[in-house]
Amino acid sequence: MAFLKRSPWMIHYDGSSCNGCDIEVLACLTPVYDVERFGIVNTGNPKHADIFLLTGAVNEQNREVVRNIYDQMPEPKVVVAVGICATSGGIFRECYNILGGADKVLPVDVYVPGCAARPESIIDGVVKALAVLEEKRRALPPRARRGRRAEASAQGGNA
Amino acid sequence: MDPVYFLLLFPLLPALVLLAVRNDRVRTAVVWASALIVAGASVWMAGRYYTSEYSLFDTHAWVGTAMSALKTLFAIAVAIYAIRRRRFWIVLIVAAQEALSLWFEFSPAVRVEEPLNLFADKLAIAMVLIVGVVGGLIAIYSLGYMRTYHRHHPELKDRRPLFYSVVFVFLSAMFGIVLSNNLQWMYFFWEVTTLCSFLLIGYTRTEEAKRNAERALGFNLLGGLAFVGAIVYEGLTMGTVDLRKLLVYGASGYDVLVPVLLLSFAGMVKSAQLPFSSWLLGAMVAPTPTSALLHSSTMVKAGVFLLLKLAPVLAGHASGTMVVLVGGITFLVGSIVAITHSDAKNVLAYSTVANLGLIVACAGVGTSEAVWAGFLLTIFHAVAKSLMFLSVGTIEHSLGSRDIEDMHGLLVKWPAMAITIAIGIAGMFLAPFGMLISKWAAMKAFIDSRNVVIVLLLVFGSSATLFFWVKWLGKIVAVLSHIEPVHKEASLDEGTALAVLAGATSLMCVLFPVVSSYLIEPYLFGVFGPAATGAIIAQSNITVMTMMLGMVVVIPAALYLFMHGRKETIVPTYLAGANTRDDRYFVDAHQEPRRVFLSNWYMTGFFQPERLLRWSGVASILTMLTVAAIAVGGLLR
Amino acid sequence: MNVNAFLAAYGVRILSAALYVLLAPLFGGLLAGVDRRITARMQGRKGPPLLQPFYDVAKLFEKRRVSVNKLQNFFVVLFLVFLVFTGALFFAGGDLLLFIFAFTLAALFFISAAYAANSPYSAIGAERELLQMMAYEPMVLLTAVGFYMATGSFQVGDILFAKGPAVASIPALFLGFCYVLTFKFRKSPFDLSTSHHGHQEIVKGITTEFSGSSLALIEIAHWYEATFLIAFVALFFVWGGNPWSVLLGLGVALVVYFLEILIDNTFARVKWQLAIQSAWIVAGTTGFLNLLVLTLVQGGAGWLS
Repeated sequence: MAFLKRSPWMIHYDGSSCNGCDIEVLACLTPVYDVERFGIVNTGNPKHADIFLLTGAVNEQNREVVRNIYDQMPEPKVVVAVGICATSGGIFRECYNILGGADKVLPVDVYVPGCAARPESIIDGVVKALAVLEEKRRALPPRARRGRRAEASAQGGNA
Repeated sequence: MDPVYFLLLFPLLPALVLLAVRNDRVRTAVVWASALIVAGASVWMAGRYYTSEYSLFDTHAWVGTAMSALKTLFAIAVAIYAIRRRRFWIVLIVAAQEALSLWFEFSPAVRVEEPLNLFADKLAIAMVLIVGVVGGLIAIYSLGYMRTYHRHHPELKDRRPLFYSVVFVFLSAMFGIVLSNNLQWMYFFWEVTTLCSFLLIGYTRTEEAKRNAERALGFNLLGGLAFVGAIVYEGLTMGTVDLRKLLVYGASGYDVLVPVLLLSFAGMVKSAQLPFSSWLLGAMVAPTPTSALLHSSTMVKAGVFLLLKLAPVLAGHASGTMVVLVGGITFLVGSIVAITHSDAKNVLAYSTVANLGLIVACAGVGTSEAVWAGFLLTIFHAVAKSLMFLSVGTIEHSLGSRDIEDMHGLLVKWPAMAITIAIGIAGMFLAPFGMLISKWAAMKAFIDSRNVVIVLLLVFGSSATLFFWVKWLGKIVAVLSHIEPVHKEASLDEGTALAVLAGATSLMCVLFPVVSSYLIEPYLFGVFGPAATGAIIAQSNITVMTMMLGMVVVIPAALYLFMHGRKETIVPTYLAGANTRDDRYFVDAHQEPRRVFLSNWYMTGFFQPERLLRWSGVASILTMLTVAAIAVGGLLR
Repeated sequence: MNVNAFLAAYGVRILSAALYVLLAPLFGGLLAGVDRRITARMQGRKGPPLLQPFYDVAKLFEKRRVSVNKLQNFFVVLFLVFLVFTGALFFAGGDLLLFIFAFTLAALFFISAAYAANSPYSAIGAERELLQMMAYEPMVLLTAVGFYMATGSFQVGDILFAKGPAVASIPALFLGFCYVLTFKFRKSPFDLSTSHHGHQEIVKGITTEFSGSSLALIEIAHWYEATFLIAFVALFFVWGGNPWSVLLGLGVALVVYFLEILIDNTFARVKWQLAIQSAWIVAGTTGFLNLLVLTLVQGGAGWLS
């Protein structure tokens, strides 16, 4: 059974956005858009999340942070780059400290363009991401969730 | 030879021998042998006098004279010491005590009938077992501990001959207290324990140790003064110094308020109730076996023993109200103050003070149910608390610190020790382990005594207890990823004592119904007659508790087998994305790795322990003064 | 004892406990679903499907298992087992005090799991959970004492057949108990250690380091917990073994739960100082007054022995 797409929990991270997209992401949770209708919950905790919503470009200082958050999300998981900055770096692209879009450090699954991205398109992007999530779930080896194969991204940690 | 005489006299032999022994091997052999003999003799005594309801013994008159001579010698020694140290208040107390006691013994005006000197009921038997077995184990433990102690503290003079000598005298005196029926005898032993604790606390002879030892001495001598007062009053008004007669008179409606009040006061000082708790807390400067000895099997247990003995006359009595309130306040405040401490020994000390408060409150309520709870608490507390103290001693030597924060991740660093201390902690407050059963019974007893205030003090106090034990347990079970190896300082002596005590703490959970039906219920029946209650915890609940205990043992074992082989994908903890390679460091604002440090909550600003202790001390004193005023008012009328 | 006699004596109790073990997740999950719908409506939203909590838990089981260390999962399983045991004890008509003690033991395993993770967020969550326990424990114990004084027994089985509803004797304790229920249901203003969906507090507090099946087990445990808490509230209104009184109790319990949701949506989270202070003051005053009055009415000696 595919419950994953009925209960996608997300984590939202602000790379170096102007906060325009962040406001729109939060607008999705408000009564007007109410994404909880689809079971979407904003968790704020990578260990609980299935969808990584990244706004703003990735910079030198937070590349490790973005990477760490992604690594700590259990499989299957998808990345949605929200807004033009997360897609390509946007107007900050040429800045000395900017690496570029989210795909410089993460495997992005869905790009949501816009400056700022509209709530409707964010929701549309998340729904598209759900299809990718389902694909990834099927692609996982059947016993994978029992942890037979060490996650490639896991670094060190406790023993 | 009779086991009772043997218990009283035998420990004096190793005490003398050990004073002369300087060789560590010989000392080890002597202490092991003597401790085993003492423990064996206490079991022998328990078996010998179990079947007879109680047993009385006559002795020669010269014994009393010898005791009074020894006592006077002690008093002179204490007085000389106190004068040299310019502690004149101690001199004053000793002088008052000695004058009163000598006058009472030699004045022709005093006519006292010949009392029964020694007397063993089931409570005494239980205490003999505690003192003999737990005390013996502590003596054995201290061999390894003291060896390491002096290696770690080369600046201190090695006074081990005196230490071991005093420990055995202490055990003998404790046997004396619990077996005496003649109050003058009990008073003699009472003073000997005070003196012994003074010598043990002051072991290191640093200024702090001396000061704390003197405080313990002074407070307990004050209690002793009240004791003499009780003897004199009872002797003059009732013509006897017999404890059982006092209880009988009290039960048959005579006015025994004054002697009972004075004896309760002595008992409360000895069991470190507020506002006198500071002597026991000050005793922490001594080496850990001393603390274990004072807190679990000896000294403070003498106080609660006396109060439990007095329980039938305390029930529904003004003095009982005083004891209940002081005990209840001590329980609540002790538990709260324990939250604010991170030094393991301090936490244990406040927890002892709190638990003693609970036992004292049980004695004060004085019903059959309450005494059942108090009796069981005394036994459980002796075993579990000695286990805790001894564990902390060994951990302190190995980690170089006894701060609970430094026990972080002990389960990974030293699993055996972590499990030992976890058993101790679980034994102190958790269902289905020992102390909880007694607390439960105490609660029922308090409700049935219809005293709402003490019920409230108990529920708030036990919630606070929960907090400081669980946070300690939490520190221990934290799983660290990269550990520095621990230099494990556990000798065979220490390991043996710890293993036996951990086993006893666990076994007591299963065996408490046996203890109840073979020791406590016969005692209650003897004291309260047909009104004595049987098991307070219903059989169905014991069944459920046994099930829980089974689950606590079986499920972890099964889970371990099930989960052990399973491969887990291990990831680092969440550090807001600022992880470095492992869990020990995070990246700070300057992109530098910084050590992660997790600390427990102490909430010192919230609870304000200093203020709390001060005001609860005032409340205790006011309670005592009120009841004393009632007593004096009664006298004047 | 032969089988028939055993069944006659304990059959109903075992049946009731077994039904609890089987059906509590269903009830608790639905309650959580209704909770999320009502919460959404209170905020002018439509809210998730009624079965959303079940989808969530099923989803969590689909995720790959990752953990910080093995010990934490071990403790989570113990937490669930002992929580189910606690509830079964209640529904089998067991002793209220033993029920509270078993509940404490279960909670201790949960806290240990968070401590074992050795993460800053879960450690603060554990510490706060412990504080919350310290805050509500006196009230819960006093409620049990109240039941005992009102009905003469600690046994749930006996309380069901008491002469009158316990709430008639211990109304103040009922109100006080409702106050600390906010802690137990992890509702604002007292959701300090961890919070419900849509809320965040120190990331996710005590549950921060759990994911996948471990988190699912915690959710299921909370369903069991919610079920016996509802039953505990209902117990105040039951008397004489009357089935209608059971329905009445259940109705009141659901109203109480609705009020909890309302409070959740109208109050901001408080600081821990206020949480413990207020809970202790409520427990102290309602407990003292109610028990004192009860003692006096029943002809006891009052507040001193």
